[in-house]
Amino acid sequence: MGKSDRRGRTPPLDFVAGNGVINRRALLGQGIALAGAAGVGGTVTGAAAEPLKDEAWSLEFGSVMQPREMPSRYEKDVVRSLSNPKGELRNSHARTPHHLLNGTITPNPLHFGINHAGVPDIDPAKHKLVIHGMVRQPLEFTLETLSRYPLVTRMAFVECAGNSAPMFSAEPMQVTAQAIHGLVSNAEWSGVPLSVLLDEAGIDPKAKWLVAEGADAHFLDRSIPVKKAYDDALVAIYQNGEHLMPANGYPMRLLVPGYQGNMNVKFLRRLKAVEQPAYTYFETKNYSQVLPGGKTWRFHFLMEVKSFITHPSFGHSLKEPGFYTISGVAYSGTGRIARVMVSADGGKSWGEAALQGPVHPQAFTRFTMPWRWDGQPAVLQSRAWDEAGNVQPLRAEFVAARGQASKPVASPLLFPNQHYNSITSWGIDSKGEIKHVYA
Amino acid sequence: MCMRKTSLALLLGAGLGGMAFAESAQTPKLGKPVAEQDLKAWDIAILPDGSNLPPGSGTPAQGAKIFAEKCSACHGDAAKGGVAPFYPSLVGGQPLTNGIDTPKTIANYYAYATTVFDYTRRAMPYNQPRSLTDDEVYALTAYILSLNKLIGENDVMDAKTLPQVKMPNRDNYILPYPDRI
Repeated sequence: MGKSDRRGRTPPLDFVAGNGVINRRALLGQGIALAGAAGVGGTVTGAAAEPLKDEAWSLEFGSVMQPREMPSRYEKDVVRSLSNPKGELRNSHARTPHHLLNGTITPNPLHFGINHAGVPDIDPAKHKLVIHGMVRQPLEFTLETLSRYPLVTRMAFVECAGNSAPMFSAEPMQVTAQAIHGLVSNAEWSGVPLSVLLDEAGIDPKAKWLVAEGADAHFLDRSIPVKKAYDDALVAIYQNGEHLMPANGYPMRLLVPGYQGNMNVKFLRRLKAVEQPAYTYFETKNYSQVLPGGKTWRFHFLMEVKSFITHPSFGHSLKEPGFYTISGVAYSGTGRIARVMVSADGGKSWGEAALQGPVHPQAFTRFTMPWRWDGQPAVLQSRAWDEAGNVQPLRAEFVAARGQASKPVASPLLFPNQHYNSITSWGIDSKGEIKHVYA
Repeated sequence: MCMRKTSLALLLGAGLGGMAFAESAQTPKLGKPVAEQDLKAWDIAILPDGSNLPPGSGTPAQGAKIFAEKCSACHGDAAKGGVAPFYPSLVGGQPLTNGIDTPKTIANYYAYATTVFDYTRRAMPYNQPRSLTDDEVYALTAYILSLNKLIGENDVMDAKTLPQVKMPNRDNYILPYPDRI
């Protein structure tokens, strides 16, 4: 479908859902036919608006290469947003600008971070990690000794349990995907399997938990199930091929793929094997949820299946009717993403998006959906399924189960609740302006 | 939100980390043995049953004096709260009805009083962590628990009494994923 026949006639587009959602396979080598079918492809023949000429940058010797390259000066707005730019005595968040990025890897300087007591300035030659408690022999490791182990390299998203918290507001906040969903990022991490280190220390089979503690000025700690430690946890020392960024735990952090960001303890300095969870501050208060009716979910851990559209989204605008690619990220703490559906009519009809492989477990998967905007109002949504069959809940389902604030929440920096994984909707008006809507 | 099936991925993924090491005898073993007594200065994790609580004690009256001197600049007089929303009140709290409109507090939410001791000792004051003595931490914990009427005005908090404080919301919870523990 979509390909011109021998007489140059263009058959109708293969729409798979309402409001212009096109079969994801329609674009495979058929772009010109598609543009023509949409009626806004521009002329194939005919004169350009003005003759092409060489620009100044092509006519002079370029600048000196830098030891550590920075992005083009035209990319100066592609930065994290900071909740505490003056470093007041409280926590600090830096949010990833998803609406300005693509692909699946979050560049290290743009990886989100939350630090509750500032970023410590750790000398890697002096930093130590100890494993002790219910073990046969307490052991002390350094960055140097860990670097001599065979490292496991894998993709993983890390997501703050409070990511997307603005979605608990009674009214949709008019803010970017960065402000709403900027507390999740995705990187390639390299580290030593924690199971290896626990085996070397000789962990007691009666030990069910590890109290993991950082070397920051909060000595931030969380209780980690030993079960998770043996499943897939790493002591990560590289992030996208270089040592960890300071705000992401330099020189070593725990990586517990798919679990609450806060459990991926940064500046990791201690793992104490114990029989019972410690009920630390962060697992007692912030990172547990109250449900409608007042019961609490404790030790929730899992970041559940989720997706959101990054392009187009709030902060962008559509210049003219015609062809666009709807694109976003999907991920699940349970495993791989199996399917993403996209709607352009607020969920009345859905078409299956293309997934860009390889699809890694507990990692970002980029999805794309060809779309022809006819210039009329549209509401864009995405909905993800993971390989275990978990599905991203519809907003009505989610609010019924988890509740929402009774009033609009004053700021996207607040955390009315945690673990929002329902659908995000971007409403497009006839001028191509994009708003955040609930639908 | 709780919509799950058995995770095949997790079962398949299990042991991923150990694959390079079929037998633990073949691992590099580069950890330096360290004696448990040499870890004492670091070993500050308190368990809810009171395990690892240090010697020492404190009363609400002692805590009130320390609080006024070292804590009230952020937390407000008598722990009523400082600059919102960063330094909320440490006293009181409405019943938790939906957890969104009602802030979580020590009195309406915390499961164990040991958490108050542990967090105060490891993280407070914000600009001088680990500067409080264990007696001071017991006294501050006693003061906050007393303000919340979780203990009496003259109750002494120490390694024996602190874990016995009954927190009202302790049993009001659900484990969403018990199979992951």
